[in-house]
Amino acid sequence: MSHAFSRNTIRPFRACVALALVFGAGFVMPTIFAAAAPPAPTVDLNIAKFAFAPKEITIAPGTKITWTNRDETPHTVTSNDKSFASKGLDTDDKFEHTFASEGDFSYICTVHPFMTGVVHVRKQ
Amino acid sequence: MSTYDPAEPGHNPARRQVLSCLAAWSGAAVVWTVAGGVPHALGATTAGTPTAAAKNALTFVQISDTHIGFRKEANPDVIGSLRHAIADINALSQAPAFVVHTGDVSHLSKPEEFGKAREVLQEIRVDRVHTIPGEHDTIDEGVNGYLKYFDHDGNGKSWYSFDQGGVHFIGLNNVLNFKMGTMAALGDEQIIWMKTDLAHVSRSTPIVVLAHIPLWTIWEPWGWGTADSAQAMALLRPFGSVTVLNGHIHQVLQKVEGNIALHTAMSLAYPLPTPGQAGIGEPGPVTVPAGELGKLLGTRQLSVVRGRHELALIDTPLAG
Repeated sequence: MSHAFSRNTIRPFRACVALALVFGAGFVMPTIFAAAAPPAPTVDLNIAKFAFAPKEITIAPGTKITWTNRDETPHTVTSNDKSFASKGLDTDDKFEHTFASEGDFSYICTVHPFMTGVVHVRKQ
Repeated sequence: MSTYDPAEPGHNPARRQVLSCLAAWSGAAVVWTVAGGVPHALGATTAGTPTAAAKNALTFVQISDTHIGFRKEANPDVIGSLRHAIADINALSQAPAFVVHTGDVSHLSKPEEFGKAREVLQEIRVDRVHTIPGEHDTIDEGVNGYLKYFDHDGNGKSWYSFDQGGVHFIGLNNVLNFKMGTMAALGDEQIIWMKTDLAHVSRSTPIVVLAHIPLWTIWEPWGWGTADSAQAMALLRPFGSVTVLNGHIHQVLQKVEGNIALHTAMSLAYPLPTPGQAGIGEPGPVTVPAGELGKLLGTRQLSVVRGRHELALIDTPLAG
């Protein structure tokens, strides 16, 4: 009995996955899956000319930020409260962090501590 | 060796700006000898003439900012540049007692970079190479990664002192971070250590201090200074002869404050802009035309002449 039940529920889901694979082979895949489970909103930040750009940003909880180092000099993304810290990022290296809860998260580059940034996480 | 001529065809005007900048930072007691458009020899003497190293003087060599691991356009072969400098040092007519490396040994603090640097530095024919860390040597695990390869006294500290040839040498770590948004610093623990260390040194003993970032503020927006340098300078002020050797800014600048002379050195990797240089917003590597790089990289030979306050310095570009 339970076997039959699960087969019935799985069948439409399988069809959906198949559709997603067909239509989403390239660029639209994330959009199709979004209907089932909304992906985390993402924001891209640059590290360029010895500065975080933008230096200050406000995002919703659950947002993922990706920093990319555009300089020829290594930098880090290191929070003041130690909740996130990258390794040394060489040119074009990336660092990601998802901000789950509300708060103000200030960070620096430990190689160049005069470089500062802040992420405000607020329900919107 | 041709004489420097500002009207020389093909002369790079940027070079003239560098020279005028250097002149602005230079103390009155300093003479520049310029050959082929680059500052070639520098004598720091009271008489205003360059000094050759005296035969019985303690001489040593300063190198800096080798950035092993850097491979961008500004210098795709930093190991080649270091080896060029090593050949120059090994060919000196008067062999130096030792070599000091004023930081940024590596570019990204990677173990393989430290390992390669240590291996190549061993090609210098001197008894010892004394290193201090730069901010590029303390990236991922603070100073611990550096100390695995360059622990001076084997006690897990990145600062130290030693005496040689009647001179008291102090190596410092001024790339520590204590406060967000400020320049790097020495920190209280190190300042206290320095005070204790200097308590045993007579006021007439010449002192040479090694610190990666300049111990005076050259350009704060680029972090070209040490947040608590005033405390270190206060400890050094009572002494009759103090020479501070810095790296970090990849060019020769200097300042004299009473008995304290501060000198930054050329890099062996790539040039950086002049302090706050117009049109350049950040202290990133500067790519220069082919053939120019060797004129902007170099080594420094120092001699301690007994009875003189100032050390005799000769800055030599890799090519000039």
